[in-house]
Order: sequence, then C-alpha cells, then structure tokens
Amino acid sequence: MTKKFAKEVSIAVAEAVAQCKVDVISAYPITPQTHIVEHLAELVNNGELDAEYIPVESEHAAMSACIGAAATGARTFTSTSAQGLLLMYETLFIASGMRLPIVMALVNRSVSAPISIWNDHSDVMSMRDAGWIHFFAENGQQAVDLIYHAYKVAEKTLLPVAVNIDGFILSHVVEPVTFLDQNLLDKYLPPLKIKYKLDPKNPITIGAIGVPEIYTEAKKAQDEALKASYKIILQAWKDFEKLTGRKYLPVETYQMEDAEVAIVIMGSLAENAMNAVDILRAKGKKVGVVRIRLWRPFPTKDFLKAIGKVKTLCVVDRAVSHGATGGPVGIEVRSALYQSNKRPRVLNLIAGLSGRDVTKEDFVEIFEKTFETLTKKPTTPYEIYGVKE
Amino acid sequence: MRPELKNFKGFTLKNLPEYEGFAQGHRACQGCGTVLPLRLALKALGPNTIAVTSTGCMEIVSSPFPYTSWNVPWIHVAFENSATVASGIEAAIKALKRKGKLKSKEKINVVVFAGDGATFDIGLQWLSGALERGHDFVYICLDNEAYMNTGVQRSGATPFGAHTTTSPAGKIIKGQTTWKKNLMGIVIAHNIPYAATANPAFPIDLMNKVKKAALVNGPAFIHVYATCPTGWGTKSEDSLLTAKLAVETRVFPLYEVIDGKYIINRKVDKPKPVEEYLKIQRRFRHLTPEQIAYIQERVNQEYEKLLKLAESFGETQTEQKDE
Ligand SMILES: Cc1ncc(C[n+]2csc(CCOP(=O)(O)OP(=O)(O)O)c2C)c(N)n1
Ligand code: SF4
Ligand SMILES: [Mg+2]
Repeated sequence: MTKKFAKEVSIAVAEAVAQCKVDVISAYPITPQTHIVEHLAELVNNGELDAEYIPVESEHAAMSACIGAAATGARTFTSTSAQGLLLMYETLFIASGMRLPIVMALVNRSVSAPISIWNDHSDVMSMRDAGWIHFFAENGQQAVDLIYHAYKVAEKTLLPVAVNIDGFILSHVVEPVTFLDQNLLDKYLPPLKIKYKLDPKNPITIGAIGVPEIYTEAKKAQDEALKASYKIILQAWKDFEKLTGRKYLPVETYQMEDAEVAIVIMGSLAENAMNAVDILRAKGKKVGVVRIRLWRPFPTKDFLKAIGKVKTLCVVDRAVSHGATGGPVGIEVRSALYQSNKRPRVLNLIAGLSGRDVTKEDFVEIFEKTFETLTKKPTTPYEIYGVKE
Repeated sequence: MRPELKNFKGFTLKNLPEYEGFAQGHRACQGCGTVLPLRLALKALGPNTIAVTSTGCMEIVSSPFPYTSWNVPWIHVAFENSATVASGIEAAIKALKRKGKLKSKEKINVVVFAGDGATFDIGLQWLSGALERGHDFVYICLDNEAYMNTGVQRSGATPFGAHTTTSPAGKIIKGQTTWKKNLMGIVIAHNIPYAATANPAFPIDLMNKVKKAALVNGPAFIHVYATCPTGWGTKSEDSLLTAKLAVETRVFPLYEVIDGKYIINRKVDKPKPVEEYLKIQRRFRHLTPEQIAYIQERVNQEYEKLLKLAESFGETQTEQKDE
C-alpha cells in the first residue's frame, strides 16, 4: 500500500532525493531553497542517508563540486534559487557541455535588483539556453515524482536536469504526497554506471579545448543529445505511469477539448488558472489551460496538439525578458506557432512577479481580457499585468 | 611528526621513477619552467592519480582536442574553481568506496594544478573553502607570477616592480606597485597538515614534497616557483638558472610547514644580491637603483621573518640533496 503523507514540499523533495540514494550533495543556502538542503544535511548527519555532503562556500562552488563528483561517477544533487543560480552561471554550461547527469532542484525566486526572496521565474529563464533539461512542478506530488524522473532521465541522456519548484507558494506549503516504494524505485532507478569518468584504471581527458575545427561539432552533438532526450523523457514517464498510475506529459491540458481561449502557463500557478476555468465553465464559457511541464527541450509538437482549435492563447509569463518581443514563454509560443498553420492570437501577460499573488479571481479577469481579443487584436506584443498606477 | 610521514622514503637520483604522467609533444614554449614542475609532480604522484587543472597556460598547452598530454585521468572545468572540482572528486571517491561502488585498495591521489592567477586572485575563495573543509587533496600552484595565458597581465603574485601588460613600466608608474601577496601565509592560516614551497631547479626536493603532500591525510598545498621565459623576458636556456637564483638570492626560499611547524629546507647564509636575479629578466630592466635597493631590503626582511618562525620551532634545515 502506498501511504499518503502530509509534508512540506521542500522536505518531501529532500526525502525523494535521499530515496534516489545520491552519493554526493553539494549546496549553499539561499531562501527559499534552504529547507531542502537543511533536511538533506540532517538525513546525512543522522545516518539515514549514506552520502557525502559538501557544505561549500558559494553556489559556484556547489556546482563545481557536483561537476567533479559527477565526472568521477557519483550520483549528485544540488539545489539553489535566484542569486545563487546566477553565481553558479558559468558552471551551468560546463555541466551540460561535459554531459554530466547532475540533478538540481531549482526553487524559483526573483532575481535582484530590487532584491526579493519571493517567487517568479526570472532565475530559471536566465539559464534557458544553458543546455539543461527543465521540468516544472505544479504541486508537491509532482515535485517528488519529477525528482525521481530527473535522475532517470539525466542518467540515460547524460544531461543535467533542473526540477523547477515555485518558491514559497509551492516549496513551503504542506501537501499530501506519496513516495514511491523503495523497491520499486530501485528498479526504476538502477545504480548509476557511467562509462567515461575519471578513473585511474582508464585515464581519459575531460574538458579539452574546443578548437574552431571541433567546437561547432561538439555543440551540434550536444544539441542533438538534448533533442533526443525527448523520447527518453517520454519513456521515463511511461515507465513511471506503469508503476504508479500517475501520468506525466510534456504538455498537459485542462478542459481544452472545445476551448475557445486558453491560458498557457508553467509551474504552480496553473492550479489557480484551472480553478478559474471551473468558475467560467460553470457559466458556460469555453476556456481551458495549457500547462507546460517540459520546458527544455521545448515540446513543440505536443504544444501544437494541446492548443486544439483555440482562437486566442493568453501566455502568462513569470519573468521579463527586457527589451525582447515578449516574455520568455510568449516568445517560445509564438515561435512554435510559426511552425504551424494554426495562428491563434497571442496575448502575452507577464504576471506574478516577485510573489505578487495571481489568484483564481485574477485568472478569471485574465480570461475575460483574453475574450476581448477575439474581436480586438492585442495592442502591444506583451503587457505587464496588474501594475499599480 | 605526522604519522603518515614517519617512515618517509624520499626520491633520490638513484630511484627516480621512469613513469611519466605528462607526455611529450605538449605545446608549451621552449624552456617553459612551468610545465617542468608539473611533469615532475606527476612523476612523483604516479599513475593512481586524478588531476584537475585550472584554465591557463598548462591547460591550453596540454589539451587541444583531439590531443592530450595527460596520461592520468584529467579534468579542466574553469579558471577559478579547481579546488572545488577536486573537493567533488575526493568526496565522490569517498562515497563510492564506502558504498562498494569503487574498488581501489590504493589511495587515489587527487591533485590540482593551477596558476598564480587561478590561485592568488580569482580562485582564492574556492581554495579557502576546500582547505577549510579538509578534503584529502594536493593543490599545486604553479606560480609564474602573471596571467601568462592571456598575455602576461599582472596578478597578485607579480613581484614588485615587474613589467606586465597591465602593470607596464611607464614614464611615471614603473611596473607592479605592490609586493607579492603572502599566499603561503593565507594557506597556513587554514591550519592544513602540509604546505611547502618548491622550485624546479631543485627537482628532487620538489618531487619529495609532492610525495609528502600526497601521503598526508587532508589538504596539502605546494607553492611552486615556476619560470616563464616568454612572459619574463629571459632566455629559454636560462629558465633553471633564474629559478636557482631565486633561491640563492632569498627571493623564493624553500621551506615546509608541517602541522604549523616551519622548516627551512635550504638555508641561504650567503645570499647573492637580488640584482643578479633581476638583471637577467627583461621584466625588471627599467628598475631604478632605488627600486632595486627597496627590493633587496624587503627580501632581507621577509627572509628574516621566515628564519625567526623556523627558529621558534628549533629546526631550520632538513637534509636535502639535489645536485
Ligand atoms: C572567469 C574567467 N575570467 C577570465 C578568464 C581568462 N583567463 C584565462 S586564463 C587566465 C590567466 C591565467 O593565469 P594563471 O592562473 O596565472 O595561469 P598561467 O597561464 O599564467 O599559467 C585568464 C585571465 C577565464 N578563463 N575565466
Ligand atoms: S607563456 Fe610561459 S608559462 Fe606559458 S607555456 Fe610559454 S613559457 Fe610556459
Ligand atoms: Mg601565471
């Protein structure tokens, strides 16, 4: 029997990491990631998790240590947020370029300035192009499950994986979660075996110079690997569904069958958007939600399928891409649509910056705003929603 | 004395290993005195070693894909973070051994090779963290006294008065205006079990220090004086002569600090004047007599300080044969 526990999501994430039998953890504290790394330290110091915990002096060092450990063949974990991610930045590209299966719980928080500890997606969007696989969790159960999937996928693809968990509004809430039975998990996630690693018995060189004659090819190979990860991710989710009955898809939908307008969103605010759908459906409005679970590699086909026959999409971004033609997700969506004959109107709102609440009532309003675009084209490519005048 | 070093059997000219961890065919300049100590260190460590190298000359000359000079497993990650990459490797070895996933009875040496820029400047925080956490690894700083790889810019290790491309000998400001950072002092303040200075003109001494560094449990640090004919404006064939003069003039004394105790390995009772050392290097050719006098005075002071430290432990010289 699988038991349900009421757990703070951060604690549940830490326990899922421990269940994955990581060998090396390296992290530096930052709000709102702290509860995850504190709980892991506790598990190690209480002898409940057999791992080396490296309490480094910065996030750059956290990722550096993970790189060293992963290159030696260890299963590694780190976690950070916002400023920590930015301090790590240089090494994020190195981890993926070296094809190291590192897993990170990225507890999403706004980036300074102004400094703020609250939630949005400005941190993760800064590493959009760093070559990592990105999952977005909506609730505690998903956060736990996606940690299991992250290791499975990272180790099959030899690519690093980030599990995005909204800071506070997801990381710090108590939710009911079910953990995968350890025996089942051990079968799902066999011990890590890496062929190319730092081993005196079989010396190899890692991190050689990419001279111009080879750099392009190296990048092409890496890009192909990230694209090819798509199938591996689907398989990992199918295998998981067989074990648990819990289904994961690159793009998930809510009431999209006959939707005329839909919200596109990533992360935990999707739940509020779905509540707004229920309110509006009760009034006979044809609305739905498209929830992007897999952000990188971007699942264009799944996305195009998911939007059905909508007339307007409202992409709700949680980050500003200063000077660009939209928010990061908005840009991505427009680019995906250009590959298709479908041309719904796109309204791009940037909302919920730095933990500003976007309630179900707000989403109702956003839907109403979206309905207006059926007759009137949006006047700007994007809009920052809810600005106080 | 540290138990790990109790029965220490050093290298002599008669028992030098034939093993090379660093292959010929690398792309270092002629007479490079930075690659030489690196090669000697790997010789001392042997094949059961994992090496990490910071971005810099030694990384560049050894790894233009698809070629490699490294006969040991090797990784280069970035400029500043080698000490932490080594921390991760060491932690992985520990965890994997404990869990029975890595079967190696012998100790696997984890060694870092990093330049002065990587160590004194940009990577100091990473180094400090790794030393403080007590990882079992050897950090070798190959100090050629400037950022050579990017075209001879000054670092915190560049000696007073030296011309570099960012401390040029100008009409008004003549070269580096600051004294070399006391990195050994900083390292020793971390209370690590073993720290030493070494110099490729004293190869056996250098190799023995590397061996000791690998034997002790916990972090070990070796500050290696490394010459760079290209950056210093010395003749390639004078690389070792310059290195030898650095010791004979007391500019770069050879010593060890074992569990906090200072031991001078080579007392220099009759030092040669520093001018002899300075005049064979173009980076110092603009120096005024006043600047040279200042350097001489400061070198004397620093050496006196070191002597006092060593005397306070009642030990000033250990047996060491090199010629
Ligand atoms: C973060 C970062 N800043 C700057 C550089 C450029 N850079 C590469 S090597 C180097 C200097 C290396 O100097 P040092 O550590 O003394 O090694 P050397 O080449 O002198 O042996 C610099 C500035 C870099 N690679 N990374
Ligand atoms: S520039 Fe100097 S340190 Fe670099 S390879 Fe040439 S001689 Fe050696
Ligand atoms: Mg240098």
